[in-house]
Amino acid sequence: MIRDTTLAIVARGLCRHFGPRVAVKDIDVELGHGEVLGFLGPNGAGKSTVMRMLTGNLAPSAGTIEIGGIDLIARPEEAKNRLGYLPEMAPLYRELTVTEYLRFAARLHGVDSSKIPFALDRATKRCGLDDNGNRLIGSLSKGYRQRVGIAQAIIHDPAVIILDEPTAGLDPNQVREIRTLIRELGSERSVIVSTHILPEVESVCDRVQIINEGCTVFTGHIAMLKQQGISVEEVFVRSTMNSESQADI
Amino acid sequence: MFAVAQKELKILFCSPLAWVVLALAQVVFAWMFLAYLDTFLEIQPQLVKIANPPGVTESIVAPLFVVAAIVLLTATPLLTARLIAEERRNQTLTFLISAPVSISDIVLGKFLGLMIFFCAIIALVVALSVSLLIGGKLDFGLLLSNIAGLSLLAASFAGLGLYISCLSSQPATAGAGTLGILLGLWAMDNVTAESTDGIVRHLSLLAHYANFNRGVIDSFDLAYFAIFIVIFLLLSIRRLDSERLHD
Repeated sequence: MIRDTTLAIVARGLCRHFGPRVAVKDIDVELGHGEVLGFLGPNGAGKSTVMRMLTGNLAPSAGTIEIGGIDLIARPEEAKNRLGYLPEMAPLYRELTVTEYLRFAARLHGVDSSKIPFALDRATKRCGLDDNGNRLIGSLSKGYRQRVGIAQAIIHDPAVIILDEPTAGLDPNQVREIRTLIRELGSERSVIVSTHILPEVESVCDRVQIINEGCTVFTGHIAMLKQQGISVEEVFVRSTMNSESQADI
Repeated sequence: MFAVAQKELKILFCSPLAWVVLALAQVVFAWMFLAYLDTFLEIQPQLVKIANPPGVTESIVAPLFVVAAIVLLTATPLLTARLIAEERRNQTLTFLISAPVSISDIVLGKFLGLMIFFCAIIALVVALSVSLLIGGKLDFGLLLSNIAGLSLLAASFAGLGLYISCLSSQPATAGAGTLGILLGLWAMDNVTAESTDGIVRHLSLLAHYANFNRGVIDSFDLAYFAIFIVIFLLLSIRRLDSERLHD
């Protein structure tokens, strides 16, 4: 639910083409404070492209992005400071220990050096990494690596967290843990979760936006859907079915 | 920028690569140093008879710095190849770009990290040279000119390697490319060694280094190195920036 009138992310008319191929056309993304937005779509729908644009990894061909009221294209550093991003593949340095890596992440995000121990402590506790600080990232299991990835995204206490398929490739227990973590994060921050696991959306998100072939095909509140007795799956199938065959191109 | 440089050094010294390079460099330097020292001691009796004989700095230190240049030339691709290519391969480049730092901070941080490591290699050569003080005097002017030249040469190698690494997502490809180009520049110097003039010689890195090696600090050489370094750093920044725009 949107609890505040100001928005954490406002993106309008996002377009992106790669050569002649149009990956994203005219997508609007809005994220309220304290809201968890589920970003859904079949594979190849353009989810990751939108996420990369929202995090400044890819310049949009057209459109504007504001993070907490700051234009991402005009003032990238200020805007990025409010963002935490976990890409599809957790960006980890296998040679570093968890603490070394998180300390680097904190410094890179401009966390004051006197506050780094506190930030480190908070992020590791939050992600259940307390006892693994001295382990090499290369020796961690996939679930723990994903936690380090999330810890990296929240180390600088950003207002907005963007998670691209955070539960992909994890076992059911780990999936549950990560979902609990996302819900916790969503209670105090704004979160965008991209996924194609439908139950995940129902369990962690407040609102859902479904995109297909680079366009928004549905957006609505989960609570409202539940009220009307419609499952996310129904909506998903209905809005993406008619062009299923082209979805992967 | 310093955060990136510090991380680079940490990762470099975590791996055996840095230590292997330092150890091998030291072996080569010590070997050549002793060989030059030996030669010098042999011909010293004859040198005394000349009116203005070359000193130890000229006959041992200067040739040693030439060897150091070649060692740096071969070590550079090993060290620069992974700079950006590996970040790209491990998807950690995204991590750097999503952070509130500019592309130039990333590139300069990487360059700085590598330069600090190169300074360690240069320090090995300097330490060997200074050890000559035990048995004689050194021409510190010539030594400083050599240090300046070698540092600039190392920075040029690093800049070039960094740029090639920006072009590739395979560290091995970037390494091979850098080695090829550096060897090409070296060969260019050898081919044109007879003719002291001509455009090709003006383009050769080692030809400009040769002046520093003789103790001549020419503003033309300084400008050449400065332009070389700045161009490749700018190209690297542009390259990474354009990836965001065009992909």
